[in-house]
Amino acid sequence: MELDVVELSRLQFAMTAMYHFLFVPLTLGLSIIVAIMETVYVMTGRPIWRQMTKFWGTLFGINFVLGVATGITMEFQFGMNWAYYSHYVGDIFGAPLAIEGLMAFFLEATFVGLFFFGWDKLTRLQHLVVAWLVAIGSNFSALWILIANGWMQHPVGAEFNPDTMRMEMTSFFDVLFNEVAQAKFVHTVSAGYVTASFFVLGVSAWYLLKGRHIELAKRSITIAASFGLAASLSVVLLGDESGYAASHTQRMKLAAIEAMWETHDAPAPFTVVGFPDQDARETHFAVEIPWVMGLIGTRSLTEEIPGINELVAQSEENIRRGIIAYDALMTIQAERENTPEVARTVFEETKEDLGYGFLLLRYLDDPREATDAQIVKAAWDTVPTVWPLFWAFRIMVGLGVMFIAVMGFFFYRSSFKGQSYPRWALWAAVAIIPTPWIAAEMGWFVAEYGRQPWTVEGILPTAMSVSHLSVADLLITLTGFIAFYTVLFIIEMGLMLKYIRKGPYLDVAETEAWQARHEHRLRTHDGRGPFAPAGASAASALDTPPNATPAE
Amino acid sequence: MILFELVDYEILRVIWWLLLGVLLTGFALTDGFDMGVGALLPFVAKTDLERRVVINTVGPVWEGNQVWFILGGGAIFAAWPPLYAVSFSGFYLAMFVVLAAFIVRPVAFKYRSKREDTRWRSSWDWALFAGGTVPALLFGVAVGNVLLGVPFYFNDMLMPFYEGSFVTKFIGLLRPFALVAGVVSFGMLLMHGAAWLCVKTEGVIAARARRIGTYAGLTAMGAYALAGLWLAFGIDGYVFVGEVVTDGPSNPLYSDVSRSASWLTAYAERPWIAVAPVMGFLGMGLAIRGLNRGGEVSALLFSKLGITGVVSSVGLTMFPFILPSTVDPNSSLTVWDSSSSHMTLFIMLICTVIFMPLILAYTAWVYKVLWGKVTEEEVRANSHSVY
Repeated sequence: MELDVVELSRLQFAMTAMYHFLFVPLTLGLSIIVAIMETVYVMTGRPIWRQMTKFWGTLFGINFVLGVATGITMEFQFGMNWAYYSHYVGDIFGAPLAIEGLMAFFLEATFVGLFFFGWDKLTRLQHLVVAWLVAIGSNFSALWILIANGWMQHPVGAEFNPDTMRMEMTSFFDVLFNEVAQAKFVHTVSAGYVTASFFVLGVSAWYLLKGRHIELAKRSITIAASFGLAASLSVVLLGDESGYAASHTQRMKLAAIEAMWETHDAPAPFTVVGFPDQDARETHFAVEIPWVMGLIGTRSLTEEIPGINELVAQSEENIRRGIIAYDALMTIQAERENTPEVARTVFEETKEDLGYGFLLLRYLDDPREATDAQIVKAAWDTVPTVWPLFWAFRIMVGLGVMFIAVMGFFFYRSSFKGQSYPRWALWAAVAIIPTPWIAAEMGWFVAEYGRQPWTVEGILPTAMSVSHLSVADLLITLTGFIAFYTVLFIIEMGLMLKYIRKGPYLDVAETEAWQARHEHRLRTHDGRGPFAPAGASAASALDTPPNATPAE
Repeated sequence: MILFELVDYEILRVIWWLLLGVLLTGFALTDGFDMGVGALLPFVAKTDLERRVVINTVGPVWEGNQVWFILGGGAIFAAWPPLYAVSFSGFYLAMFVVLAAFIVRPVAFKYRSKREDTRWRSSWDWALFAGGTVPALLFGVAVGNVLLGVPFYFNDMLMPFYEGSFVTKFIGLLRPFALVAGVVSFGMLLMHGAAWLCVKTEGVIAARARRIGTYAGLTAMGAYALAGLWLAFGIDGYVFVGEVVTDGPSNPLYSDVSRSASWLTAYAERPWIAVAPVMGFLGMGLAIRGLNRGGEVSALLFSKLGITGVVSSVGLTMFPFILPSTVDPNSSLTVWDSSSSHMTLFIMLICTVIFMPLILAYTAWVYKVLWGKVTEEEVRANSHSVY
């Protein structure tokens, strides 16, 4: 077991996955925002909404393509770098990935081309359906990927088969309706909606500050603020749901996030800030709020949340049982033709802990010969490094609360203050564009780093999951990915900024003509608004010029 | 009885072997012309406008086509996990090169015409060229290596290992026979791309495509014949020794395998499989004829037929082997011992039966909407919205 290949493989996976997730959240949210805008266009027939659809659609396209391109790496990297993982859990983990392709990715990828190329070839309604299919496809993609990831966090519906030396599916239903996966799905797509809302809000705010594209910007802010407020509430709520799921599915992760070294009498306090010290196994300068952790984590006043020390003691027991399972497995393998009944029975009783036995492979080739000291060491390996989790989690949650506040403010101004926004708020909206990405990356970091030392919680240690590769192999690809991805990132940002600066450039004449008519109508109606009953029929006649064709 | 036992494990394995073929063929037929068009780009189109015409013939569809590749990866992972694990990690650096090509290609399509700058555009043109050429060549090389066998083995825990250093693992793939196979796939996909351009363009571009496509098709046919002869006289095949268990657990080490005289003995045992190479030659031959005589749709359809024949001939010749091992034949992956569990195969089949017809239906609809030639006038008129 070469540690270097393991560390480099982890680094490469983390890097490529986090890079991929720079583009995914914007795709998830912007696809829906664009489809909403196009829906308004089809319902009202007002060219401004088509221009908005095309403008945000252009930015969507620049982002979408990199999400797709970097997603290919994710689909193939399991086999390339995590060969034993792929063999060991492919029977379960591969299925959602394949279904993602069948059900979701084909849909979004087939129709995204038509979204950009089909404006003149489709009727309005057909094009709207295409836009929604892209959005639905993108979001379904997320569902299947998170079902796969949820299974790594909480492996249900599967058991080990000693004949094939791998985990095999016992219930597809359980894999599908895994509570961790479901909470993660809604949490993650909501994060995507928040990201896109802040993106639209920030870019539009910049236009307002510069006095450009006012009509487009105001309408965009209204959409972004309403959608973003709902999404911000949802992301925090479902984040809480994920945390609650972790309290009975991934207790070590939860304890590490909270830097809870000792089991506290229920209900446990929540540590707002502090400095976790892994060696001393305590948190210095902790500022605690009583009861909160117990309430969030267990939703009761009496249930305890086990601390790290207690969980390590449990891991030690698991490892000892894992050794028995490993021993039985070796007997079954050696005498495959006529396995002694007792070995089968012992294995059935202990196989749930087989993965814990594998933790010892880091220290010796045969877990059965492990000393007590090695077992204790392996048990402590089940604790991820606490401080990065502790802080990443707090940054994420802090940002989440801020999202609600910002979106609430803009929603209020757009709904009740006649779409007037103070300049400082607009500048702030521009400045905080990157924050949803930071929160999303922190979230993934907590989810994946917090699962260590496992690739599949309690089943397969990370150190065992890698391919038989050399350090040189890894260095070549890692350098390649870094160089390649950096160049792509610079190009993408350059194009994004260029097209934001350029602003909406399609259908300009038509939109301006409509704008003039629209303002004229607002004036002639004495500011009673476009939906004033007296002029309703006249207004709609003005909306659609006589020579407009329905399929433009 | 549990639902998934409605279909025998053995039958499910054969179905998934067929579906593997369907996916690879689907990939070659759809994304194949995207790769071919990419590789042809610098040669069939000289001016910026010509190049934009060529790029826009695949502009709206390459994204959907590429999903065949991604779905292929996902389906191998789900239905043949050991194959996914062994081949992707065994061909590690080659896979990385293919990945790089597949990452740069989408970006090139999308970003190329977003700036007026000549250098910017010509850089992306070369990226499209590389993004088409490299995978088109390497997929053939990979298939050649599969026929030759790959130096891997499993330990008792079914961990895969590979012999050779990282350099030999990459350079070692470029064996003479594998390169011939690479020429087959490259020539075939160039021909396919040319046939596509004949359908979607007119004038000078189509004329150039016809000429290059003809030569590429002839080269592919020659290399395909050469590979066949080589297989007949120069390359050992693999066979099972003793009883073959077709519905046992998926553990490659449970069966005994040895080298045989030639893969082509399969044609003596199952003469009907000769239909595949015949289809390959016939399809390519008629496609070349179509390209020469001004056929448009016919050339494309025959090109598809030829590709289907060539891809299936490899699978049918090797059946039931999928990935043989040179260093430990017992570790070889076959249809009978490297699939997913009975239940997973069944569930995946249900999903495929539901979604594959839908995919084919809406893909067909999209192609129908986009039917018709891409012209310079059209590109000029929509300069801001097309690629």
